[in-house]
Amino acid sequence: MIGIEHYLTTASILFVIGIFGLFLNRKNVIILLMSIELMLLAVNINLVAFSSYLDDLVGQVFTIFILTVAAAEAAIGLAIIVSFFRNRGTIAVEDVNMMKG
Amino acid sequence: MSIFVSAFYLFSLSAIAGGLMTVISRNPVHSVLWLILAFLSSAGLFVLLGAEFLAMLLIIVYVGAVAVLFLFVVMMLDVDFSTLKAEMASYLPLALLIGVVLIMQLSVAFGVWSYADTALSSREALTNSTDHNTHAIGMILYDKYFILFQLAGLILLVSMIGAIVLTLRHRKNVKRQDILSQIYRDPNKSLEVIDVKPGQGL
Repeated sequence: MIGIEHYLTTASILFVIGIFGLFLNRKNVIILLMSIELMLLAVNINLVAFSSYLDDLVGQVFTIFILTVAAAEAAIGLAIIVSFFRNRGTIAVEDVNMMKG
Repeated sequence: MSIFVSAFYLFSLSAIAGGLMTVISRNPVHSVLWLILAFLSSAGLFVLLGAEFLAMLLIIVYVGAVAVLFLFVVMMLDVDFSTLKAEMASYLPLALLIGVVLIMQLSVAFGVWSYADTALSSREALTNSTDHNTHAIGMILYDKYFILFQLAGLILLVSMIGAIVLTLRHRKNVKRQDILSQIYRDPNKSLEVIDVKPGQGL
């Protein structure tokens, strides 16, 4: 009843919602990071769906590594945001390309 | 409908709803909570797919560590989010256009396609169907993919060092020990003997 297409469609809708969030939240950089996590989650669903329907465990092993890297990247990204906020007092990253002074 | 089908639709719709509300929500704390809902729903999807180790890993790592970290940072940065959110409406048409185009491209998953002829023969890690998922992953993760496993540990180490280096700051007025100056203190100069006459101070 539930074929692989259902899982792939769910994953692709989540991915597009993540991209939608990337385009929408140019000023709020924490929501940007959360949209990136949504995209990684969509890719994970895709990999695990293929792993399950093809009886191949490589998809799940790769998902474990993607999970690791996503957690590491979230930690570093949030550390960058925290130090950015300490220096600037705001997290509106649209103005970060303008030189100061 | 069987319970499997209704469970799939429940988890799938709540994952999509959680994702959508994450990017739309006004309050960033609400965004993090909707993101947690998306993670939990996809953990349910993983259980339906038979990958229960990964589902529990998702809950422990993604919800328990990453989402909580997001929540910490959102609550720690005292940012005026209302002014940031007001700019959202101007980007909405472009975002919707790109989203719709991508959805149309990706919905080819529901079209007519089939696996390639070599797909089934190029599988790398076949499992016995009698093992449960954790056992099967353990059999190949520490054996065949050992180097990747160690590299993942290295990545975590590097990110931990990076996060500490970026955010650690020393405060100036906190008394600390300086071990080197304690060790290199000259014992001849550290004591001074003064002869005090009786009835007079220093």
